[in-house]
Amino acid sequence: MASVWIPSLLRDLTGGISELDVPGQTIREVIDSLDERFPGMRDRLCDQERIRPNIAVVVDGLRSQHGMRERVNADSEVHFVPAISGG
Amino acid sequence: MTTIELEQSVVADTPQTGKQYDVIGTRPIRHDGYDKVTGRALYGADIRLNDMLYGKVLRSPHAHARILSIDTSRALALPGVKAIVTTTDLPSLESVVSRVGEGAVNWRYLSNNILANDKVLYHGHAVAAVAATSMSIAEEAISLIQVEYELLPVVTTVQQAVQPDAPILLEELRTSELGAKGEAMTNIASHDQFLRGDLERGFAEATAIVEREFITSTVHQGYIEPHSATAIWGTDGLITIWTSTQGAHDARRQAAEVLQLPVSRIKVVPMEIGGGFGGKTVIYLEPVAALLSQKSGNRPVQLTMTRWDVLAGTGPTSGSVIKVKMGADKKGRITAAQASLTYAAGAYPGSPVGAAMAVIFNPYNLENVQVDGYDVVTNTPRAAAYRAPGGTNAAFASESVIDELASRLGIDPLQIRHINGAKEGDRRVDGPLVRRIGYLETVEKAQASAHYQSPLPAPSSPGRKVGRGVASGWWGNWPGGTSSVSVVVNNDGAVTLIEGSTDIGGSRVAMAMQLAETLGLQASDIKPLVVDTDSVGYNDVTAGSRTTYATGIAVYKAGLRIIDLMRERAAEFWDVDISTVQFDNGVISARDRRLSFKELARSLGDGNGNIVASVSISPNGDGVALATHIVDVEVDTGTGKVQILRYTAIQDVGTAIHPAYVEGQMQGGAAQGIGWALNEEYVYDQQGHLLNGSMLDYRIPTALDLPMIDAIMVETPNPTHPFGVRGVGEVPIVPPAGAIANAIHNAIGVRMEVLPMSPRRVLEAMWAQK
Repeated sequence: MASVWIPSLLRDLTGGISELDVPGQTIREVIDSLDERFPGMRDRLCDQERIRPNIAVVVDGLRSQHGMRERVNADSEVHFVPAISGG
Repeated sequence: MTTIELEQSVVADTPQTGKQYDVIGTRPIRHDGYDKVTGRALYGADIRLNDMLYGKVLRSPHAHARILSIDTSRALALPGVKAIVTTTDLPSLESVVSRVGEGAVNWRYLSNNILANDKVLYHGHAVAAVAATSMSIAEEAISLIQVEYELLPVVTTVQQAVQPDAPILLEELRTSELGAKGEAMTNIASHDQFLRGDLERGFAEATAIVEREFITSTVHQGYIEPHSATAIWGTDGLITIWTSTQGAHDARRQAAEVLQLPVSRIKVVPMEIGGGFGGKTVIYLEPVAALLSQKSGNRPVQLTMTRWDVLAGTGPTSGSVIKVKMGADKKGRITAAQASLTYAAGAYPGSPVGAAMAVIFNPYNLENVQVDGYDVVTNTPRAAAYRAPGGTNAAFASESVIDELASRLGIDPLQIRHINGAKEGDRRVDGPLVRRIGYLETVEKAQASAHYQSPLPAPSSPGRKVGRGVASGWWGNWPGGTSSVSVVVNNDGAVTLIEGSTDIGGSRVAMAMQLAETLGLQASDIKPLVVDTDSVGYNDVTAGSRTTYATGIAVYKAGLRIIDLMRERAAEFWDVDISTVQFDNGVISARDRRLSFKELARSLGDGNGNIVASVSISPNGDGVALATHIVDVEVDTGTGKVQILRYTAIQDVGTAIHPAYVEGQMQGGAAQGIGWALNEEYVYDQQGHLLNGSMLDYRIPTALDLPMIDAIMVETPNPTHPFGVRGVGEVPIVPPAGAIANAIHNAIGVRMEVLPMSPRRVLEAMWAQK
């Protein structure tokens, strides 16, 4: 299962858990699993069916281009970080 | 000799580390060089079209006011005036946030920034625009437009804006915390946070703790070419816009959203660009010029900003208040780090505070850390990206505090950075693991540099003191987005490279070199063209240090396809099985037959069709950038003036495609950082009026202010790019303010907490210390 790091501002939903293993082969499935265990997580991370525009998904150190469709592996590490805009 | 392995994946796991290249690493003349130096290159304002009208924008004289009415009747009656537009000519947009490029755009806010809706939110906010047969008539016409305002109280700084009783800019705004919305009206648009480890324990383990608050001013990107847009709204409903932009496709999308039109009805033609630095990733004039064209009977309309328009009406970058607390043990290991960053977004949400939160501690490997970031709206122009947005402010704060820790612990300032420096496998402050980087190598290169090894020069006169400072910087390059290219092999063997990434820093030659390396040709054999939005697939902006990386991958992949096509043609030509045809460094061979790339191209002749390859990619990449800078300064203790005596920038640049342009990026970024550190700031009066809206009063550095900036490149190939490319354009602006502040302290024993460190501020700090 992928290791998902919970942003500190979402730890009110997880009871303080900052990192946990989550089933899922895509980011969509990972978020669904999180939401099942911690209701409300999907609404905080997603705007309808997409990752919120101000959030970037990082899988194994690489910023995803594919949002909810991004593949994750059993040993993947997943982060949700602020989206950065360069100049 | 370079052999391209056809099986190699496009985003290679192992770059061609240590490979000897034929073209990469050389310094050919850029393809646009002749046009640029002879004045033949065409910029936005150079466009002249039949029956073209000249436009002028009316801007608000107030920093915060409700618009009660706009009367354009007198202006319309002026002979020569052909059209006037106001916000009522723009579609009313929902408050919807979409991802555009790297960032997020609220379409209603973008539209309201282009032409103010019910309120003006800063001095210079666009209110209306006129098209007339001459510029003088347009200027007279805007003076005849009567706008009735109800003045509102003003907040120009984040300190004012976050007060509980502060005037509210946007009544609908609520603080967002990762999807959760507050209930009260506020100027604080968002709060984000990184939190890891145990801060309390970390600070308890510290031998020395430093805590300071830093304030930085609003500064502008300072590009020399003002914004310009020329538009025709054709009678067929199709719109063509010629503009100065960092991204033609993004400009098209933004214009289409603001005008509520399909993107296919708009063609954006990117002109040569006289600087952007992030400021030309957003649009201001394009929809206005299009609407003026439509209302004037489909005549072309050109809008070009004045310098005051640029400074008052386009995105500067954020002023900020940053609190930093760090502790370290007696060996110099940082045991805890905490920061609070409050950034001014200007009139609408969207400061670069999220990026700044990562920049502030990411050069280091920290166990116990908390970073809070706040995005705050103010009655100043809507902030736009500026070269490593938010980074210079953040590093000024953190690098000053690390320097002070080193001083208190009696540790060399470069050594403390080496002790704590991040390396592959460490965890970044924002969470992900550090991939392959060369930060420690930049520190080691700095330690060994002739600059750091040399003694400080003696002061030039009594009353002047000299000092040396160092600072490091991190930037999270954008190795993603979409890039599309087409490659055409001409029958004379020359290769046309059609791309859509606007060239703001020599990217045409960098793309040509990567294609030439792939095909075994010379850079001069490639003809790179930056074309309009109808002539190439989608390209994200040239920003985020992405183009040489991401478009470079597209070019490489297109090159591989060309090789395959050339092998197919050779197999047909020689009537042999394709499996016997080899391609090695520009030579195609099969058994005893052998032709160069050019010979084969010529042999194919006419009537066989061109060899063409088109590629569009959206890489999932990586390649953060890190730099360490050294500066020597002389401080005049009588006047407070700081003179830069010597400056060395060391940077992990990945593989340098064209070393001269990499060095140029390092030097240019350092120069802009020096200006930010010493001179540049927006000055407002209490009513929010911009007082220094000219290059005379808003002082960017010139060649007379700077010594030659030495550039030392550390080439740690990026493992996610076939040639090891790492974005280089932004990170060099991150360390300068911190390095100079530390050098000033080394010279006069005063810790500077405010940017810019102008003569007045240096004197005030000296007096305060006494």
